[in-house]
Amino acid sequence: MRKEQDLIKLKKKAIALRKDILKMLYLAGSGHPGGSLSLVEIMTCLFYYEINYKAKEPKWEKRDKVILSKGHGCPALYAILSDRGYFKREELWTLRQLGSKLQGHPSIDCPGVEISSGSLGQGLSISNGMALANKMDKNEARVYCIIGDGEMNEGQIWEGAMTASHYSLENVCLIVDHNKLQIDGPCCDIKDMEILSEKLQSFGFEVIQADGHDFSSLIEAFNKARTIKNKPQAIIANTIKGAGISFMENKVEWHGVAPNKEQYEKGIEELEAAFKILKEKNEKV
Amino acid sequence: MTQKKMISTRDGFGKGLVELGRKNKNIVVLSADLTDSTRAGWFQKEFPERLFNLGVAEQDMIGTAAGFALSGKIPFACSFGVFASGRAWDQIRVSAAYMNLNVKIAGTHGGISVGPDGATHQAIEEIALMRILPNMKVIVPCDAIEAQKATIKAAETQGPVYLRLGRSGSPVITTEKEEFVIGKANVLKKGKDVAIFACGHMVYESLLAWEELQKQGISATVINLHTIKPLDSAAIIRAAKETGAIVSVEEHTLAGGVGSAIAEVMIQKHPVIMKMVGVKDRFGESGDPEALYKFFGLTAKDIVKAAKQAVKEKIKR
Repeated sequence: MRKEQDLIKLKKKAIALRKDILKMLYLAGSGHPGGSLSLVEIMTCLFYYEINYKAKEPKWEKRDKVILSKGHGCPALYAILSDRGYFKREELWTLRQLGSKLQGHPSIDCPGVEISSGSLGQGLSISNGMALANKMDKNEARVYCIIGDGEMNEGQIWEGAMTASHYSLENVCLIVDHNKLQIDGPCCDIKDMEILSEKLQSFGFEVIQADGHDFSSLIEAFNKARTIKNKPQAIIANTIKGAGISFMENKVEWHGVAPNKEQYEKGIEELEAAFKILKEKNEKV
Repeated sequence: MTQKKMISTRDGFGKGLVELGRKNKNIVVLSADLTDSTRAGWFQKEFPERLFNLGVAEQDMIGTAAGFALSGKIPFACSFGVFASGRAWDQIRVSAAYMNLNVKIAGTHGGISVGPDGATHQAIEEIALMRILPNMKVIVPCDAIEAQKATIKAAETQGPVYLRLGRSGSPVITTEKEEFVIGKANVLKKGKDVAIFACGHMVYESLLAWEELQKQGISATVINLHTIKPLDSAAIIRAAKETGAIVSVEEHTLAGGVGSAIAEVMIQKHPVIMKMVGVKDRFGESGDPEALYKFFGLTAKDIVKAAKQAVKEKIKR
């Protein structure tokens, strides 16, 4: 467990990223707030705690890789990449514009983006290929593959799950952004995944449950995942779609609609209020 | 024509893979439970640690190949053409072609000459499916020697490549010495009345047709169009100008295939009479390869007929 102050720092960072995400989507006029906001703590934890990388050398051979299979959540990825220095912050405001590196769904032309994605279900297989190559090269770097729970409807996810397990890929860490909503409604109504942990366990994963918005819980999950030998790990990150913005939370209609001016301003106001509370708390610590 | 040695293009591919494996330790081979049939097994025998079987899961195989390619490896993903192309088309589109990755796809059992397995196993749409993807290169070797060369060149060229290979033995009509350059058609016979463009086993049939046409007083050009993409536009325009009549021959559906690719260039640059020999908007069927070639109108006789018709229509114009 980290010190209280470190946790507050991460929490403040998460709020700042949420503000960026909201602004990007507002300026773009389209995009996916729900599944971007549910990813914020996961992304923050990966890039501020878990992974080895060099922002100034995005192709550094020994880097750990973050594979965003659920490509529609890219505003969260762009926000953290820019925050960590992969590209200038101003570029965030070009999201979804003609000629922008920040495509509506991620493209490898953007520094720090490891794979082009957007057609769901493809990231785990790619992660496995990277992990197998790492093993061939005796490279100890790890691959973190982020998928959505709705995305798990795709058959290829389960093909990839079998591969990760068959080849004992302990260098693959699957992270499920389990926000329990997909475009058409609650996951359990569209195609019930029933007990996700048991499914993943039976596919050969070491399953670790985490609160996807709690840094202590995520850090603990990552710490545990790293100790697992001979099998891939799946962190089921229990999240809230639209997390951090009260009127977006758990609302399926916020899957793929950008906020208008009024909604944007209201969202920013909420985030600033939350930031203020954290700041006061920090001063007391 | 004299009796030729019969070897399948998948065998040429298998030899090429082994040769590559010896030269380059970054070559890896992926299979989807068809390791022996695709000849990936020949590579596996020598380099078992570099052969990855993904089981009956072609989508996963292409994705895994993409991961290897993103890590500096040169993966060859092998399956039957129907599965290697159509079954995994979106994975090829997004995970390989969109990122312009070094993913090499070997689709064996191409065309109707797969034979008795029938329609589900006869790939007659994959040239169309692959050539419409940006960054993709599409190669259809005419014999085993060319298939071996194409395999080596595929590994040397940057970006995704689709190799269409055959199951059945096919006459060996090229030699080791002949030049093979991706995107450069080989002129096998030079004539003035009509130009025949063919790929794969159809090149041999076209050479037989050339003999017969010559007997009948028609002078034909025969071009081995082994690369469908990037297409040798210059060779097509030149042939159109020199002969004024084109015949395309393919063991593939006429919609979107080799003939379509030729027509796209010809119609814009130098329109001439054109006849297309190929499968006419239908699925395949079980049967012996020879019987199927006849049934689907893919023999030298059919090519002769199309060439004569083209010449006749040209004169009438």
